[in-house]
Amino acid sequence: MTEPGHIDQQDGRLAIAGDWTLVHYAALKRQVERLAKAREPSPEGVDLDGLAALDTAGAVLLMELVGAGPLAAIDDWAPDLPESRRALLRTLGEAMADNRPPEVRPVRPLRDTLARTGQLVEGLWQQQRQLLGFIGQVLATLAVTAWRPSRWRLTSVVAQLHQTGLNALPIVALLTFLVGAVVAFLGATVLRDFGATIYTVNLVAFAFLREFGVLLAAILLAGRTASAFTAQLGAMKANEELDAVRTLGLDPIELLVLPRVLAMMLTLPILTFVGMLSGMLGGALVCLLALDISLFQFVAILQRDIPLEHFLVGLSKAPIFAFLVAVIGCLEGFKVSGSAQSVGEHTTSSVVQSIFVVILLDAVAALFFMEMGW
Amino acid sequence: MSATRASRDDTPLIRVRGLANRFGAHSVHQELDLDLYPGEILGVVGGSGTGKSVLLRSIVGLLRPSAGQIEVFGEDLLGLSAGDRSRVERRFGVLFQRGALFTSLTLQENVALPLIEHIGLSRTDAEALARVKLALAGLPGEAAIKYPAELSGGMIKRAALARALALDPEVLFLDEPTAGLDPIGAAAFDRLILTLRDALGLSVFLVTHDLDTLYTACDRVAVLSRGRVLVADRLDVVAATDDDWIHDYFHGPRGRAAHEAAHPVEEP
Repeated sequence: MTEPGHIDQQDGRLAIAGDWTLVHYAALKRQVERLAKAREPSPEGVDLDGLAALDTAGAVLLMELVGAGPLAAIDDWAPDLPESRRALLRTLGEAMADNRPPEVRPVRPLRDTLARTGQLVEGLWQQQRQLLGFIGQVLATLAVTAWRPSRWRLTSVVAQLHQTGLNALPIVALLTFLVGAVVAFLGATVLRDFGATIYTVNLVAFAFLREFGVLLAAILLAGRTASAFTAQLGAMKANEELDAVRTLGLDPIELLVLPRVLAMMLTLPILTFVGMLSGMLGGALVCLLALDISLFQFVAILQRDIPLEHFLVGLSKAPIFAFLVAVIGCLEGFKVSGSAQSVGEHTTSSVVQSIFVVILLDAVAALFFMEMGW
Repeated sequence: MSATRASRDDTPLIRVRGLANRFGAHSVHQELDLDLYPGEILGVVGGSGTGKSVLLRSIVGLLRPSAGQIEVFGEDLLGLSAGDRSRVERRFGVLFQRGALFTSLTLQENVALPLIEHIGLSRTDAEALARVKLALAGLPGEAAIKYPAELSGGMIKRAALARALALDPEVLFLDEPTAGLDPIGAAAFDRLILTLRDALGLSVFLVTHDLDTLYTACDRVAVLSRGRVLVADRLDVVAATDDDWIHDYFHGPRGRAAHEAAHPVEEP
């Protein structure tokens, strides 16, 4: 009984035989296509007596052979077939009788490329506008709630502080420690030729107080927290929770965005401070082990050569970076639409944007502080 | 139902014996027995939290039960190796409560995916077959290249049904197929399930809350309560069972209305 499906051609008649099932689909399809070139689809001369097993895949091939209309009227031309077979063929024929295949748009390479470029540029422009608008909204909400302590979401802020700050502390400390050691090694290698290895201390302190402490912490938070904000708010958006918040007469910015932004603005300066200390500790360790500069000497040089303003310059950037990273993370979360793919796209976009903004702003700030002589 | 094909002499396709599911201290099922016979539509009902979906998930292999035996097509599902299990599970089609269509794929890609992965069809062939399955599930042709996000709830259910039917399964599992559909859409879906059962020779395991579905589509009804199958039989037998929950369920205002809609002549 289990003979692969095939079509026997005798005297212009087509005898359908064997199993017309999904496993034999490829072979049957070839045979049906060859026949379809030679004849119009019609039930004429088609003989279904030898048909063994049949499933929807086989039925589809039969439909290509006889046409959808005649298949729906199977009772007229093949009444001897068992009722269950006829039911399948009839149902399929009825379903496909007035079913048109979807129109696929032709591909036009030049036009499509131009259109995509235009879309991309327009998208970038809209993104910046949206970001500016959102920053305005957040600031306005902040200004309104700042005077009403009863509307401060302290619990929420503390929870966010825990997640974005305390939990990120070990990784920030470890990373800056390692980079501090690397910077000290670089300094030691380059400065050795000038016999000025003692300035490694100044290099490490300068780098970490002014730039690396805040930059590394901000980039880590951009990767760790901006993505988390986007995914959290995106999942809430997809689950219509944001709409629910609005219909309950609450403001999603006040409820969800402000606690995150405020927590970040408190967190990043603390993490920056930890990063500075930890980076200089890494540098000090290298100085101790490779250059025989004792910890005591290290601290003494810090005290003598490094004025406080370097620390303040570095720290002053932290709240601004924090604000932008948090706002970008939240805004991308609000932009998520239903699908899983969209959550992924916006999470990527939020990390890329926030790292980009942090580095760009840091470069601008470096120029500014240099010109000011701070 | 005139189309009742199940008779007691048939060997069941699915035989659940002594099934127990525990989550921590919370016991969902204990000593649960249930059979699904070839060609029947079995409705599984029960109050919220009685473990209807958990039962479905244990049978299709998404959840390993704490104890018990699940025999499918005469094989012990829990004792099979991973490869054999996958072979058995390919004979199942599952429609999840919220469709669970892959949001990054168009409808025809959703349905074509198992055909490409399991049967090894070419993309063109698989998508052509997928369009037919979508049409069988009652979707218009132009819907094939749409994404799930562009569809209404009813269309998503139909597309998910088409995906469940992709590999011509022998057993179809439906988890609340009519939940969230308007009454007209729900009635059309009930008819669709009946048509497909007759045309494709399916056996259907149907978890539902919908009384109309029970009256129009189901051959047998199993009532879950207190972790066990209280009764599993023809609807009139079940409705006459002496149990508070069953009485409230079938003879409450909604139950009476559904019964009257299904049997208008029987009313005095």
